[in-house]
Amino acid sequence: MASFLARRFGVMALTMLCLTLIVFYLVNLEPNLKKLAISQTEMHATSEELESWLVKNGYRRPFLERYAAWLGVWPKSPNVDPKTGAPSPRFQYCDEASTPVFSGVLEGDFGCSTKFKVKVAAKLGPALRATGLLMFWVLAIMVPVALVIGVVSGMREGSRLDRVLSIVSIATTSTPEYVSGVVLTIIFATWLGWLNGSAASATGTGITFYNFTLPVVTPAIYGMGYVARMTRASMVEVMNAQYIRTARLKGLGFFAVVLKHALRNALITPFTVIMLLFPWLLTGVVIVEVMYRYQGFGMALVDAAGNNDIDLLLACSLVSVTLVLATQLISDIGYAYLNPRIRVQ
Amino acid sequence: MQFLDPFQITLRALYQLLPVWLSLAVVLGASFAFRRKLGLYGQILETGPGLAGLLLVGFWLFAAIFAKWIMLFDPLGQIAEMKDALPGAIEPASGLPYLFGGDRLARDVFGRVVAGSRVVLVIAPLATLLALSLGITLGLPAGYFGRRVDALLSFLANLVLSFPIILLFYLLVSPGILETPIPYALAAIFFLFPIVLFVVLIWSGYKARPVQLAIRLAVTALVGGWLFATFVFDADPLGILRVSPSTLNIFIAVALASGPGIFRIVRGLTLDIKTREYVLAAQTRGESPWYIMLWEILPNARGPLIVDSCLRIGYTTILLGALGYFGLGMPPESPDWGTTIKEASRFMRLYIHPALPAALAMMSFVLGLNLLADALREQSLRD
Repeated sequence: MASFLARRFGVMALTMLCLTLIVFYLVNLEPNLKKLAISQTEMHATSEELESWLVKNGYRRPFLERYAAWLGVWPKSPNVDPKTGAPSPRFQYCDEASTPVFSGVLEGDFGCSTKFKVKVAAKLGPALRATGLLMFWVLAIMVPVALVIGVVSGMREGSRLDRVLSIVSIATTSTPEYVSGVVLTIIFATWLGWLNGSAASATGTGITFYNFTLPVVTPAIYGMGYVARMTRASMVEVMNAQYIRTARLKGLGFFAVVLKHALRNALITPFTVIMLLFPWLLTGVVIVEVMYRYQGFGMALVDAAGNNDIDLLLACSLVSVTLVLATQLISDIGYAYLNPRIRVQ
Repeated sequence: MQFLDPFQITLRALYQLLPVWLSLAVVLGASFAFRRKLGLYGQILETGPGLAGLLLVGFWLFAAIFAKWIMLFDPLGQIAEMKDALPGAIEPASGLPYLFGGDRLARDVFGRVVAGSRVVLVIAPLATLLALSLGITLGLPAGYFGRRVDALLSFLANLVLSFPIILLFYLLVSPGILETPIPYALAAIFFLFPIVLFVVLIWSGYKARPVQLAIRLAVTALVGGWLFATFVFDADPLGILRVSPSTLNIFIAVALASGPGIFRIVRGLTLDIKTREYVLAAQTRGESPWYIMLWEILPNARGPLIVDSCLRIGYTTILLGALGYFGLGMPPESPDWGTTIKEASRFMRLYIHPALPAALAMMSFVLGLNLLADALREQSLRD
């Protein structure tokens, strides 16, 4: 187990390193740097002014040196005013050291957000909390409903109820967030007026049923069908197993068999499916947050990408890749834990 | 301004879609008559979900083909007085109705949904095919040889899979990146895969028959070279097709996003199939590894792959919509469904009619593909 974990963590670290290097390369492409310089300088700056801004703020240093400095394995050198020779901080809102120090991600310094004009940690902290809340509610709605649908339809394969529920599941997997969002907003916000079509107020005044229901239900619908289909397939397989027939033949009632014998084994697959759903949910959350103007991680990511906010974008990708890899690991360990046949190997 | 009533709107819309109904009737009628001879396709017709899936996919396929005859107005044309017109409003100059109303920029919503199907139905299947050739070409050796090849390729696949898709799109489909050689380099690599796949396929299969080999290789080189020149360099020697850099960019991003998933499926199938007796028999005969992979393993993996491709075209459609929704890659006036939904959802408190048709179109097309995939899976499991 220890060597398995060590290997997995090694691969995870390597993946993160490669991924951040790729992102770092892409955000530092010439057109992207230009975009950043244009958004950070006055209107109508000439190309010389843009270039001098990039030089002044250290964007023209060697690529690998800057990546290493971001990572924290190379000292971050302060900006020096060419005239006086005194260190001048790049951004007012971001207290930078006046001497070269190791201050990168490894030291816990994620840098400065050029778009929001704060430290990345100060922006990303509240955003992640908001998104965590959203994801929690999405899962809290989606998972129980999906499991019930899956178990009920897999319980009696081929019955009328099974067929109806299967069609419903397929229909929900065909409805991406931006489609169900539009339809739900039209029905519940424009026509009925029961719910708010915007969650912008959730950041200021806190979440309520009125402003938070649509952002939660929209991604939940899309994911629900998929989990339900997987649960159904797993349930069908278990219900056809020998030991279920034995339990039925020895005279146990149908529902006792389902609850005591089938469920435990049928829920192994959905567990891994739900874990692997996280990355996918993250994409959905981005769409939903943009759609309903909810100030969370997704909005931060889109704003960062739209303005080429280098440090914030790197932090966002680090957060999401960590989430992806961590859920993969949990799903593997959980699968081994839940399934004795794998554990022995 | 004069309006058609809802009944007249429905009637007129059904009439405009006449080419679609006729072709659906012809194709499905013929398929139904010969369903006993059509194998899997014929069996699907006899199941409820399968028939529904075929109808939905067929509807959009024919709508895309006959778009020119279905549309009443140019999907990009703006007629100022029709701005935000309600469904059924009659345009005074031509006397023709804006069946589903006009949008914020005074364009015909009905025509735009139909024109949007053209964009979606060209890009989604082709990008899926590209991703499929990518996944097959890399997945077969990874599963068959295992060890280092597998470790390296799986690592790369997982690397791409751990990329949040939205971030990937924002980084790869931005207008700025078109100024760099990256999209063209990636395109050159990606579009090489189908050519390599076909060349190896023909080479390993027809090695013993030089004449057949030469003919097939020549055809592959010609068709492959033509497509390569068209897509990668936007320099179609025949001048038939035009692929703009931003469209190419969408192709690459979508293929990159769904390639690794297909890779994992092909790899898993190969791991399973390579232990079968007929593979061992081929190995004992001394067949080359590529012959075994492409002529023994691949044909036997086709069932799950067809089902997955069906699902994946739907997923690609959703990805395309997401690209449009975030305003990435597609030109702002593009009639594709994602862009339309984005544009219309900004004013949804005022007018719902520009958003609803595109949303329902997206949903029905993906639903059709998913139903079809489900029916295919059910039928192939039954055999």
